[in-house]
Amino acid sequence: MKNLIATTAMAICIALPAAAESYQPDPNAKPGGNIVITYKDDVATLDPAIGYDWQNWSMIKSLFDGLMDYVPGTTDLRPGLAESYTISDDGMVFTFQLRAGVKFHNGREMTAEDVVYSLNRVTNPKTQSPGAGFFWSIKGYDAVASGDAETLEGVTAIDPSTVQIELSRPDATFLHVMALNFASVVPQEAVEAAGDDFGKKPVGTGAFSLGDWTIGQSLVFAKNQDYWRDGIPYLDQITFEVGQEPIVALLRLQNGEVDVPGDGIPPAKFQEVMADPAQADRVVEGGQLHTGYITLNTQMPPFDNAVVRRAVNMAINKERIIQIINGRAVPATQPLPPSMPGYTDGYAGYAFDPEAAKAMLADAGFADGFETELYVMNTDPNPRIAQAIQQDLASIGITAGIKSLAQANVIAAGGEADQAPMIWSGGMAWIADFPDAANFYGPILGCSGAVQGGWNWSWYCNEALDAKSTEADAIVDPGRADERLEMWSEIYMEIMEDAPWVPVFNEQRYTMKSARMGGADALYVDPVSIPVNYDYVFVTD
Amino acid sequence: MAGFVLQRLFQSLLILLGVSIITFVLLYWLPADPVRQIAGRSATPQTVENIRQQLGLDQPLWAQYWRYLTGLVQGDLGRSYLQKTEVSTLIASRLPASLLLMAGAIFAELLIGLSMGIIAALRRGTTTDQSLMIISFIGVSAPQFVVGLLLLYVFAVQLGWFPIGGYGTFSHLVLPSMTLGILGSGWYSRMMRSSMIEVLRQDYVRTARAKGLTRVRVIFRHALPNAILPIVAMIGIDIGIFMGGIVVVESVFGWPGIGQLAWQAIQRVDIPIIMGVTLVSATAIVIGNLLADLISLLIDPRIRTR
Repeated sequence: MKNLIATTAMAICIALPAAAESYQPDPNAKPGGNIVITYKDDVATLDPAIGYDWQNWSMIKSLFDGLMDYVPGTTDLRPGLAESYTISDDGMVFTFQLRAGVKFHNGREMTAEDVVYSLNRVTNPKTQSPGAGFFWSIKGYDAVASGDAETLEGVTAIDPSTVQIELSRPDATFLHVMALNFASVVPQEAVEAAGDDFGKKPVGTGAFSLGDWTIGQSLVFAKNQDYWRDGIPYLDQITFEVGQEPIVALLRLQNGEVDVPGDGIPPAKFQEVMADPAQADRVVEGGQLHTGYITLNTQMPPFDNAVVRRAVNMAINKERIIQIINGRAVPATQPLPPSMPGYTDGYAGYAFDPEAAKAMLADAGFADGFETELYVMNTDPNPRIAQAIQQDLASIGITAGIKSLAQANVIAAGGEADQAPMIWSGGMAWIADFPDAANFYGPILGCSGAVQGGWNWSWYCNEALDAKSTEADAIVDPGRADERLEMWSEIYMEIMEDAPWVPVFNEQRYTMKSARMGGADALYVDPVSIPVNYDYVFVTD
Repeated sequence: MAGFVLQRLFQSLLILLGVSIITFVLLYWLPADPVRQIAGRSATPQTVENIRQQLGLDQPLWAQYWRYLTGLVQGDLGRSYLQKTEVSTLIASRLPASLLLMAGAIFAELLIGLSMGIIAALRRGTTTDQSLMIISFIGVSAPQFVVGLLLLYVFAVQLGWFPIGGYGTFSHLVLPSMTLGILGSGWYSRMMRSSMIEVLRQDYVRTARAKGLTRVRVIFRHALPNAILPIVAMIGIDIGIFMGGIVVVESVFGWPGIGQLAWQAIQRVDIPIIMGVTLVSATAIVIGNLLADLISLLIDPRIRTR
């Protein structure tokens, strides 16, 4: 994380040459080869303005590029299609210098006009982009979002290789936003030619281009021979086979037919795989920007009482819940996952102490406990985790009925102020869109998310913290980045004091690969490309 | 005859209309908001409202249904919310795989079911008969998910005779067909057994035997064709059972048919796809029943007079 701050700091003073932070590829990497990745679900869309699930996220990353990018395997920002950038002293104007000679898959050279078009497109309500809201800080966003304007006032092409973006409010996360898939650069003529089907006929500047797509069966990515990063990608071809159950994918991997099962190791087979040294050797473990939590609806009695919420925090046996998922997680003490900047080191969280919790409940006037409901998504292992939580609650006298429902129904219940007293977030938990502390606040803990249909299922709204978060994100001076992170750390500590959540665990990622797959382990647990960073992995045979 | 067919066709259309109304209303009442699903978790309320308006989901139920129905009669099944593609395209690209699987399954269930039924009937009352009927009972009761994985594990993983799931060649077709067929074969073996026993009691069979024909010839030339006829009419009704079965079997074997499409759409609450697949399946079931009726009619003209 220190790297990120340092690079941003440099960028503000001087236009940064790209070479300064380029990734050092594996010297043993050799080009060529075709790998097979499997998925259970169809690929929904490859339109970068639309795609927003973890499956198509990394695929889109390989087909498209944005102005900003991350160093492979890390959360460190690096310039992408922008060769360099400068930020004005007040943090309101970003000027990006584009790389020369970058070509779309259709052969046309990418220019500043394409960047302008792409940002206008993603924010236009007609595009129906789920990511439009990320661009709120660009000047003129509101007019485009409401349909009053077609173009963002703040985005201009100064010349064919320079784009200037003016903000309406300072936004410390803006460079991360420009690294989101939603900010990918797309060619207008290809978008218009494809009509509604750009998601099936994507054209970008990425390391791979889309070859055949047989709906419901497979997709083929072919190497972009003219890719602007020298020597990248290594693979000639990637075949994604869809409609494969994870258990079948694992059997095929063991049979040498599959290189990476995209949905991971099925939970029922996890221990068997890890107990076999030959297989465990090919499993890469890493952290991810994820927290699993229980929301306590602060607007529904008795959870409107902070003492009750703290008592619940002390009643949950997190270690035991982690055992249910075969130890594939670490206990969480706070909303932010440990690898996120702004995480408060040394904070131990609420101790597991059912006796003290019971006493606190008695003090709050619930000596005999109370009855409540715990909502949970109905796919394994979530109902089992809910049962563990149910038992923990019973030990302090709380009788919780389990409501096990389909994902969409739990999300819908959470979005109503008076429906779900408690929700276990498993299967729907927050995974960061970009590696910044701010991304764990607004929609899930801030007042803006505590609306009907929102994601703040605790319905927690602390105006003072909202004001503090706005203040923190207005600090764009990289020299004061530590100060900003300190403020975020304080915000999350105050949240823990109010206890609208029980943070339970931070899930670890386990990616399994075939024996012939090469490349650093970090590429297989890349924080922004799940399951692997397709551009940099290679085969050894 | 023509009047009967016309009458049944009209009834079929009414049934399909009813199915479309019930499914549409049920999906409308679902406590999940499809717009939220499309808009994603980071969308602002404004984005959500925009999408709702563009999809016409802010309209009242009857207006939404009317729009769907007018599209439907023009062959428009709408666009998938999440896949952003025409539902008719998605279904059309997957239907051949499902039909192939269904043909394979019908073949498998007839092959297994009829042979078991014939043997049981001929060995009536023996241990063979009883064991076969127990096996058929297990076949009917076993969950297809389990049967599928079991077949996959034994014949594809352990023995390596067949590919581990997937689509494309004949060998890909065998295991999923067997999985679907085992269920139906249980029914067929029982029906075949009783039908065969019934026929074996008939006078013409006794006559054939009295003529001094060989046992094989009596069974295959005289008894079997008559015993099979009432069972063939059941195939039409089977289509309904298959429509339920393919959802599970296609998922287990990675078979790119409409069952898998339905399963994925249900998990993601992609309503236009759920509607589309439901209607296509309902149509298949209605056609299957219609065929069953027609075949019965041809076999037994007495039905006409009822």
